[in-house]
Amino acid sequence: MDIHEYQAKELLANFGVAIPRGGVAYSAEQAVYRAAEIGGNRWAVKAQIHSGARGKAGGIKLCTTEDEVRKAATELLGKRLVTHQTGPEGKVVHRLYVEAAVPIERELYIGFVLDRKSERIMLVAHPHGGMEIEEIAKSEPGTILRQQMEPAVGMQSFQAREIAFGLGIPAGSVNRMVTTLMGCHRAFRDLDATMVEINPMVLTGDGQLLALDAKMAFDDNALFRRPSVSELRDHAEEDPREAQATENGLNYVALDGEIGCIINGAGLAMATMDMIKHAGGAPANFLDVGGGASPERVAMAFKLVLQDRKVGAMLVNIFAGINRCDWVAKGVVQAVEEVGVKVPLVVRLAGTNVEEGRKIIAESGLPIIAAESLADAADKVVAAWKQAKK
Amino acid sequence: MAILINELSRIIVQGFTGEKATFHSQRMLEYHGTKVVGGVTPGKGGQTHIGLPVFNTVKDAVDAVYPDASIIFVPAAFCADAIMEAADAGIKLVCCITDGIPAQDMMMVKRYLRRYPKEKRTTLVGPNCAGLISPGKCMLGIMPGHIYMPGKVGLVTRSGTLGYEAASQMKELGIGVSSSIGIGGDPINGSSFLDILALFEKDPETEAVMMIGEIGGPQEAEAAHWVKLHMTKPVIGYVAGLTAPKGRRMGHAGAIISAFGDTAAEKAEIMRALGLHVAPSPSELGQAVAEALAQKPARKRTVTR
Repeated sequence: MDIHEYQAKELLANFGVAIPRGGVAYSAEQAVYRAAEIGGNRWAVKAQIHSGARGKAGGIKLCTTEDEVRKAATELLGKRLVTHQTGPEGKVVHRLYVEAAVPIERELYIGFVLDRKSERIMLVAHPHGGMEIEEIAKSEPGTILRQQMEPAVGMQSFQAREIAFGLGIPAGSVNRMVTTLMGCHRAFRDLDATMVEINPMVLTGDGQLLALDAKMAFDDNALFRRPSVSELRDHAEEDPREAQATENGLNYVALDGEIGCIINGAGLAMATMDMIKHAGGAPANFLDVGGGASPERVAMAFKLVLQDRKVGAMLVNIFAGINRCDWVAKGVVQAVEEVGVKVPLVVRLAGTNVEEGRKIIAESGLPIIAAESLADAADKVVAAWKQAKK
Repeated sequence: MAILINELSRIIVQGFTGEKATFHSQRMLEYHGTKVVGGVTPGKGGQTHIGLPVFNTVKDAVDAVYPDASIIFVPAAFCADAIMEAADAGIKLVCCITDGIPAQDMMMVKRYLRRYPKEKRTTLVGPNCAGLISPGKCMLGIMPGHIYMPGKVGLVTRSGTLGYEAASQMKELGIGVSSSIGIGGDPINGSSFLDILALFEKDPETEAVMMIGEIGGPQEAEAAHWVKLHMTKPVIGYVAGLTAPKGRRMGHAGAIISAFGDTAAEKAEIMRALGLHVAPSPSELGQAVAEALAQKPARKRTVTR
């Protein structure tokens, strides 16, 4: 789960990370009020969407008068921002964060990630902030500083000092850096985060260290024990179909293609999508109905996939293990009758009681195209999709 | 021989009296007489469940029924505790079926397992997996046992159902399986591809290995490097997820492209470059194994340690 910049900053501030003064705003009036509250005469008005690279997309505006703040806020609210992380459809801005603009001496990169190779929390730092770490990793991989945290004891101060000196922080600010890094690590561990990124972390002329931007992501599997984090979920940022799927215990990811898919198991789902591509088509979605594949879940899955208007054909691929094909077939027939499928539908069943399952599909009288193997299913659905497009 | 489990394995079930555990315990007992010898549900010790004794703690079970292996069905929030309890009681093999365990819990579990000397250390398989099967001998998992034909090809997969697909394609071509191990779809798991490949390499009954990975994480590439250096048996690979976009989680917690080398195409290319046979599509998993077996002996060990 992702959260907004202002939410990440509030959380990190509770763990001792220094941030510029700022406040959230939902309207131009609130933005002006926030600016007055913060004081001074330089503010940044920042669009709050779940994406990085907002500055490049025009989502961050520097202002020197309250009028400029009002103008910037009016312009940004309701605007659709497109970054390389949002996809071509972009994201609409519903919230703003107004923040005191600070004089910057140096910009640094600080990130904490869950490193899959070492299976530990890893701190990644770089003396040049503002850039994306992926780009730095490609252009100058030797300059990235790293520290791995021992899970039993967590991060130690010496690790933070090594990073601070490695980044060339002036001696007078090293203790502040240590406090910041230790705080980020505690936030990561105590809130079950999967990422904490401060980019840039800025060093000001008077030796302060401030988090100018902050990003946090959390482990969905741990939200059950982090109610304070779950509360930060912003439903406006999520694909409504994906949210609906999650509520019904299904795994759905919307994609660009036109062939809708319903499959049991994440691996088989990815493999089936590979087969569709192999056969010359493109999947409209990833959908794992799970091991159970009960008639109700199959019906729900059909509804979800068909909400996507660009779907021109559908493929159901179920490998019945514990449950039987005849039972799954009944579910498919029931779902098709209930939902009403107007696009060509290919069904491939495999596993326990496959003959009975195929018989049920054949005898249903519904226009379902039966397929024997994975390759057969992919070929047939791509052919049906091309036929329907004509 | 097979790896990790065989006809002699004695199994206990943690979270024994739950609905899913009960169902799958019965399926295991029905599979060629797999020796499920009891289970653990705290607070229900002394009772009998599906004809088998229930214990309050894993240590009680160890003292009474001498298990070699444990299978865990407890809810995700309590899994880390259950795995550590089994390890502390000295169970040699623990398979965790449960999906949805917090990543940091797994980090702690892996650290905890390392406190025992190597010869006493528990092997953990999973979590978020379908379990293990040595066809015709023993099942420690939730797979449909009848789709596996006994034979000489080792199978190691992240995904459950894609593993079933591979096993049934192989069965159709008359190719059997020595053992099939589901390592699970989580970002941090107990046994890696490499750990399982090393066991298959040592198993005299296994002649070739099929390894089925997916997007996300470094394990497929690591295993492929190990194969190049240490493995004498042919390895056939496949990586699912060619169409997966960057940054989106494809069902499994670990199936996400977030770093260089995480995509299916990159991993398949690494496998190919390191001398593995790579199945061209998921409908040719069985065929790729058949071809590799026909070519055997494919490679000699390139470096001996």
